Amino acid sequence: MNYFDIFVIPFYIGTIFLFSVLIIKFLQWFIQIPKSGKKLIWKNIFSTKTLKSSRECFSECLLHLRIFRKNLRLGYMHTSIAFGWFMLIVVGKFQSTAATGEWIEPLHLAIFLKYFPVGESFRYAYLFGFLMDFFLLLVLSGLLVAIAKRIRPKVTGMKRPTKHTAFDKVALVSLWAIFPLRLLAESFTSGLNHNGHFLTGTLGKFFDLFLPLDLLQYPTWWAYSLALGVFFCVMPFSRYMHIFTEIELVFLRNWGLKTEDQLGGFANFELHACSRCGMCIDVCQLSTAAKINDVQSVYFLRGERHHTLSRKLTNNCLMCGRCEEVCPVRIKTNQHRLLTRTSPFETEGHRYDYLQPPQAPPKGEVCDSTTEQEHSVTTAFASHPPFRGGLGGLSYFAGCMTHLTPSIKTSMIKIFEKAGIPYTFIDEQDGVCCGRPMMLSGAKEAAQKMIAFNQKVIEESQAQLLVTSCPICYKFFKENYQLDIPVMHHTEYINMLIQEKKIKLHKTAEKYIYHDPCELGRLSGVYEEPRTILKKTGILVSIPDEREDAFCCGGSLANTEINYAERGNIVREAIQALCAADPDYLVTACPLCKKTFNKENVIPVKDIAEVVAGRL
Amino acid sequence: MNTFGYKMSAPRSINMDTADLSVAHRILDLEPTFRLCISCGGCTSTCTAGNFTEFNIREINLLLRRGQLDTLEKALENCMFCGKCYLACPHGVNTRNVILLMKEQLQEWKQSKTTTL
Repeated sequence: MNYFDIFVIPFYIGTIFLFSVLIIKFLQWFIQIPKSGKKLIWKNIFSTKTLKSSRECFSECLLHLRIFRKNLRLGYMHTSIAFGWFMLIVVGKFQSTAATGEWIEPLHLAIFLKYFPVGESFRYAYLFGFLMDFFLLLVLSGLLVAIAKRIRPKVTGMKRPTKHTAFDKVALVSLWAIFPLRLLAESFTSGLNHNGHFLTGTLGKFFDLFLPLDLLQYPTWWAYSLALGVFFCVMPFSRYMHIFTEIELVFLRNWGLKTEDQLGGFANFELHACSRCGMCIDVCQLSTAAKINDVQSVYFLRGERHHTLSRKLTNNCLMCGRCEEVCPVRIKTNQHRLLTRTSPFETEGHRYDYLQPPQAPPKGEVCDSTTEQEHSVTTAFASHPPFRGGLGGLSYFAGCMTHLTPSIKTSMIKIFEKAGIPYTFIDEQDGVCCGRPMMLSGAKEAAQKMIAFNQKVIEESQAQLLVTSCPICYKFFKENYQLDIPVMHHTEYINMLIQEKKIKLHKTAEKYIYHDPCELGRLSGVYEEPRTILKKTGILVSIPDEREDAFCCGGSLANTEINYAERGNIVREAIQALCAADPDYLVTACPLCKKTFNKENVIPVKDIAEVVAGRL
Repeated sequence: MNTFGYKMSAPRSINMDTADLSVAHRILDLEPTFRLCISCGGCTSTCTAGNFTEFNIREINLLLRRGQLDTLEKALENCMFCGKCYLACPHGVNTRNVILLMKEQLQEWKQSKTTTL
């Protein structure tokens, strides 16, 4: 029997083009992955991680469970279209196999089966017919939600949907056209042949009453095939590239790959897996509080992918990580921002002569000894005052921001003394910045000078344990310093002291709300310790937006673009949300958060160290 | 011959008629909060780099407005970009962006100088 008609050609052109582009792109990106990454893949490919990835592909790429958890209606939209379409292809394949009795058959048959005279007498024809109608209805219902979302975003619980480019809109229209055209084509054919199921059959009978189906049927199948062809051709260059890229991303990520110090390779998989769903827009405080609506992750990743990044797109970001937390594809946008930031601090010159350690330069650093002598700079290291306290135990690094909020360091000293712990205050005088603020501006090499300096100071203090009061330093010490001693934030350390019964706290009836600093919470994963401490000193109240969903205080050093007023709006939004629980004190664990909140002067702000020092 | 008045030391003289203020104007346009600076020196007193060097943010404002761009460029090499100055500023000047812009604009200025020569 002849199962071919010329109208399937646009479909074939689209399919061949799509898969050729996909294969070329994926191969290109795979080649870009460095050797260490490829080794990781080979190591993990035959492990349970691959099975886990398959399960994640099913639950995320098809069912979109993460979106469901955040937003039911939006989840339904994504699931119905993705899962429905997938099932239409799978069930369609089984249906065409049952109808023709062949496992290997032309590709188009599963898609356009109804057009061809296969009859209704094959096995399970009724069940197949029902399922195909059911999944088509599922997709169409999702499509209705999608259209409603475009007209009134609030229908799906979104405030601001993504502003798409003209090209993405073409892709969107071609995708939207596919399913109604399929419904019409199948209904017309069903109406003519007096068959079809609850959807196509009923509609077919209805259309038969007033439409010339024999005239309409053929052009509609053509239109359906054309819509598919157009969509497949624009897909690799539009946001719908995520459909196939997300699958690779899930596997590669579970095999241990991540974007580290270079773009390209794995980063490309991340970039193209962004579906521009826009969930990052509604959680971004630059959008909700400062009314800046064109720099969010979705726009940044689009700019990075299409090489249209601007200074504003890369630099106007708090790097608070709220968007990463809500991203259904879990793209690590912060790392991309960091790598795309170009800093004027990276220029050559005699930078930070005063930070050069007097001894041999650290590994990897080129240091010309003759120029060193010529410049005879008094290095900070040479002028570094002798450490107070005994060496070889606990070294305390307050951090720049803590020096601006001195009550935190005096509280810490009080706690150390009360617990009888000998400590070395390594940056009491002449402390040097940890380097993270410089790193956040994109200047990796310049930050390295500060890392080298502080590493030397830490070594000189013969530290066995490093405690810091600043979450910014904490994250940087843990991730970018080569220290072979444990690093603790003071919340972790105080909690340890309480557990070891080195200090005892008096509980009061004061009500605290705890603000998770971004660098300590979302970016370093410390959530429990501060809460445990506060429960021991008073009553801890909570708000829905806490832990992973906590607000940024607005003081972030990662953003150099926003102005004072915009920053103020972000601070006030955060304070307002935190004060909803009607606390007596706003407690935080970061000197920068404290300083930022204090500027608004709405509610007394304390660092957790001050709370503890006051309850000893 | 005029024998009264002050004696001007040539190397220390700043001629505002010939000073290059293009960079200053551009930076003030790009970061308008810089106009709010009252030269109180809060930034300088808290500066981490100022602990070790002559680096003085209040002074770089002056250098910029006087068009002493070579001196300014040298001074900026010391900044660690830690952000304490921003938090200390009572007028909310976005000092970190000022520093970033100065470095960027000075690079452009230098390039334009070499191309015109």
